[in-house]
Amino acid sequence: MVECGRHLNIEIHTLSRVTEVLGKKGNFNVTVEQKPRYVDMDKCIACGLCTEKCPKAVPDEFNMGVGKRKAIHIKYSQTVPLKYAIDSGNCLYFLKGKCKACEKFCPTGAINFQDQPRKISLNVGSIILAPGYEPFDPAKADIYGYGRIADVVTGMEYERLLSAGGPFQGHLLRLSDNREPKKIAWIQCVGSRTKNCGNLYCSSVCCMYAVKQAVVTAEHLHGDDVSQTVFFMDLRSHSKEFERYYEDARSRGVRFLRTRPHSIMPGKNNIGVSIEYTNDRGQRVEEGFDMAVLSVGLQAPPDALELAEVCGIELDRYHFAVTESFNPVATNRDGIYVCGAFQGPKSIPRSVTEASAAACVAGRSLLEARGTLTLEKTYPEERDVSGEEPRIGVFVCSCGINIAGVVRVQELAEYARGLPSVVHVENNLFTCSTDTQDLIAASIHEHRLNRIVVAACTPRTHEPLFQDTLREAGLNAYLLEMANIRNQNSWVHQKDAEAATAKAKDQVRMAVAKAALNAPLSRMTVPVVQKALVIGGGIAGMTAALEFAEKGYPTILVEKSDRLGGNAWHIGRTARGEEVRAVLLEMIPRVENHPEITVLKRAQVVSVRGSVGNFVSELEVEGKRRTEEYGVAVVATGGREYQPEEYLYGRDPRVMTHLQFDEELRERAPSIHKARSVVFIQCVGSRQPGRLYCSRVCCTHTVQSALRLKEMNAEMDVTVLYRDMRTYGTREELYFRARELGVLFLRYSLASKPSVFQEGGQLCVEVFDHVLERPVRISADYLVLASAILPNDIQGLVELYKCGVNEDGFVNEAHPKLRPVDMTVDGMFVAGLCHYPKPMDEAVAQAQAAVSRAAVLLARERLQLDAVKSYVTERCDGCGLCLDVCPYMAIRLEEYEKEGKVHRRIATDKALCKGCGLCEATCPKEGVMVHGFTLDQLRAQVNALVEAL
Amino acid sequence: MSKTFEPVIAGFLCNWCAYAGGDLAGVSRLQYPPNMRVIRTMCSGMVHPNLVVEALQRGIDGVIVMG
Repeated sequence: MVECGRHLNIEIHTLSRVTEVLGKKGNFNVTVEQKPRYVDMDKCIACGLCTEKCPKAVPDEFNMGVGKRKAIHIKYSQTVPLKYAIDSGNCLYFLKGKCKACEKFCPTGAINFQDQPRKISLNVGSIILAPGYEPFDPAKADIYGYGRIADVVTGMEYERLLSAGGPFQGHLLRLSDNREPKKIAWIQCVGSRTKNCGNLYCSSVCCMYAVKQAVVTAEHLHGDDVSQTVFFMDLRSHSKEFERYYEDARSRGVRFLRTRPHSIMPGKNNIGVSIEYTNDRGQRVEEGFDMAVLSVGLQAPPDALELAEVCGIELDRYHFAVTESFNPVATNRDGIYVCGAFQGPKSIPRSVTEASAAACVAGRSLLEARGTLTLEKTYPEERDVSGEEPRIGVFVCSCGINIAGVVRVQELAEYARGLPSVVHVENNLFTCSTDTQDLIAASIHEHRLNRIVVAACTPRTHEPLFQDTLREAGLNAYLLEMANIRNQNSWVHQKDAEAATAKAKDQVRMAVAKAALNAPLSRMTVPVVQKALVIGGGIAGMTAALEFAEKGYPTILVEKSDRLGGNAWHIGRTARGEEVRAVLLEMIPRVENHPEITVLKRAQVVSVRGSVGNFVSELEVEGKRRTEEYGVAVVATGGREYQPEEYLYGRDPRVMTHLQFDEELRERAPSIHKARSVVFIQCVGSRQPGRLYCSRVCCTHTVQSALRLKEMNAEMDVTVLYRDMRTYGTREELYFRARELGVLFLRYSLASKPSVFQEGGQLCVEVFDHVLERPVRISADYLVLASAILPNDIQGLVELYKCGVNEDGFVNEAHPKLRPVDMTVDGMFVAGLCHYPKPMDEAVAQAQAAVSRAAVLLARERLQLDAVKSYVTERCDGCGLCLDVCPYMAIRLEEYEKEGKVHRRIATDKALCKGCGLCEATCPKEGVMVHGFTLDQLRAQVNALVEAL
Repeated sequence: MSKTFEPVIAGFLCNWCAYAGGDLAGVSRLQYPPNMRVIRTMCSGMVHPNLVVEALQRGIDGVIVMG
């Protein structure tokens, strides 16, 4: 949000809605109506005096009505843009014609009661709609006493209760008596997966947010008597690393009960709740809890209909935007795209991925105009600090309660004041917020600071932000040093405030000692090879190649087999019912004939040199080698079906995997037609020790196949043996329909897997039925195994590019939520099954997103390199020891003349150097150093640490 | 003498793996003893042997290089 607010090429119109969209792709005229703010944005300095003086308090919607806000307010402290606004519906001046307290006290004269609504006309080439969702409101249907019982809250409200910026500053208190609750229940699928409220779909995110809340709750409460219970129907932890998180929650003692409570009654004096449910033995239970959290679903925002009408786009019956699997972010109106929960309920990583995908396809119609309106950021000239004594400013972040809940930040700030060269210290609630950036800049000027230490989170995510703040204030970016007192302190020493505070002091002292030695550094630039390499020619890889090519970037598509298409050849239809084969047959020639795409089959990457912007690889194509240069790479190496060893697979021809059964359906439908009984077993090879992940697509695949069978022959017995059905999103409709058509769903547990055997030539499946509490035997003409999706083995690539995979072999992203398609290596991006099992629409969106992210690099002609590079000092005597250890061959030996004698010394190549410092550690004479990590700087940290002894 | 011996450990952590792992431990809320003080390096191979020896000579109880 901060980055968005600071970006030069993003224009933000708040308080606005779109009222008209005329024209067509490439040339839309959009009318925007902007409500009056009654505050002049140019004058408001967000000092907050108006809010302090405003006499009118109203319930704070952002904090779920617990606590108050004023009629003139900002929504929350990180609001972007950080400008106050008057809510005219509550303002006394607008209601009664007098007051104007804010106007009286505003020091900059920013209040303007005469402000009028404005019409803004925008001429744009593409439009992206991202109006988000609204949480389901259980009050409307009197669900579980919500609204009447004080201690029944929604998941969103609970989130605010946990938040440091929330009504209780992150101290979890229940609403009835403002005491700490100890025993908390979550109830899943409120407003989802039910016909009663009209939302038949699964909201996709509630299972995981409930599990997260249950886990995080323990961090907010004192004592060991905290208990969390989640009432659920199917636990849907189907995304990457979620299954592990779920298992971890169970091992931490979170109780999961598979039942849908019948009702909630208020406790005595409306304090606490009593939940009535049926346990797995069919007995009625009434159990008391301190509070209940309703895991409410996501639904389309109320103004979706209006927006859709204005834009002329189609919505489904739930008012989500309609898209196609192979064009997952495009609406039916050319040039208008969607992303996020407006297209259907989804998690953050998918929303962020879709946002990049939408930016990718929206860019198609902007090609001609690309770069014509963009602005480059300019910074003030850097102050020369070389002659100055260090004047260090220390900013200690509370990070809400993330740090302040453990580390005594005030004490830490006081301590920092006494450190050498420190002339200014502050403690901020969020040091990363926009207003704090302004504050840091102001302090730099006011106190003539020339080094900054930020004691907050990790430099790996936040260093660029603070570096930018320094540059804006006229300081070199490398005069910043961070002390990681959150990730590597408060979060990992939660139970020991004393030790954590002592450690934080050491960390700040060490950072200050190093900062005093920080020197301004400059970054060099290198030309970018404006070409892309795509590894893998399945749906994801082909989509990526086409998108690159459409943007005008020459692309090399490397495919290891002899044909493009990958797994898509084996898949019949998508969950939406689209024929995959037809799309494939249309797509492959488009890729192969595109003038910007070079397709290399039977090909693989055998070597990699260089780095982002300038990769050089040798490719082996049909046994011959060729060299290619490229600036970015997309890894789309795909996955494969697990070949089961269980359930008589491979020993009885009637036992098949999904892909085999699909082929059977395609080629030999008449014989299947005659079958009397078909059984499906879910989670074959998934969700078990050694492969602790959900393969995501198999539940939907099974339900689709089951429906197909029932449509072929309604008399056929179709049985699905499952652990949790995970037909997330609108796929739930398929599951619902399957049950309507009489498909039998029987649950089994990991501990009692079904057994498969032959009896008199008959294939039999036996499973323990939880309802009947006895084993059930089913004879099957076909047994279909929903077997796991495994990543293809890419160990070779991992070693070449020095990228990473997780313990299951799926490619790691740079940040699972914020950078879901960036790999851990700069200039590399990921798409498709090699990242995690996923259906085709998600693979396509991911490929488009990868291209969008990569194009940010390719669009530039030159790339700025990091300044952390090796340099030669006067002490180098040319012994050359470092030459042998440099892994990047960035060092060479030179001769030079001095006083008539020939000397030798080394020279380093900054483009090749990665700043690893093997040279620094090898040199016996301190003749080569790495900027920002010199021996003196590291030694200063050690020495500062020694002071603690 | 203090009641129990609490060592002070200097940890040199590679920015790309061990330091990132340290951050991840934080995100995952893995609790561990608070005895280590981290010095971030751009590679574990950056740590000069002299630094390790100096640290020990100056009384630091242990040095851990992770990468």
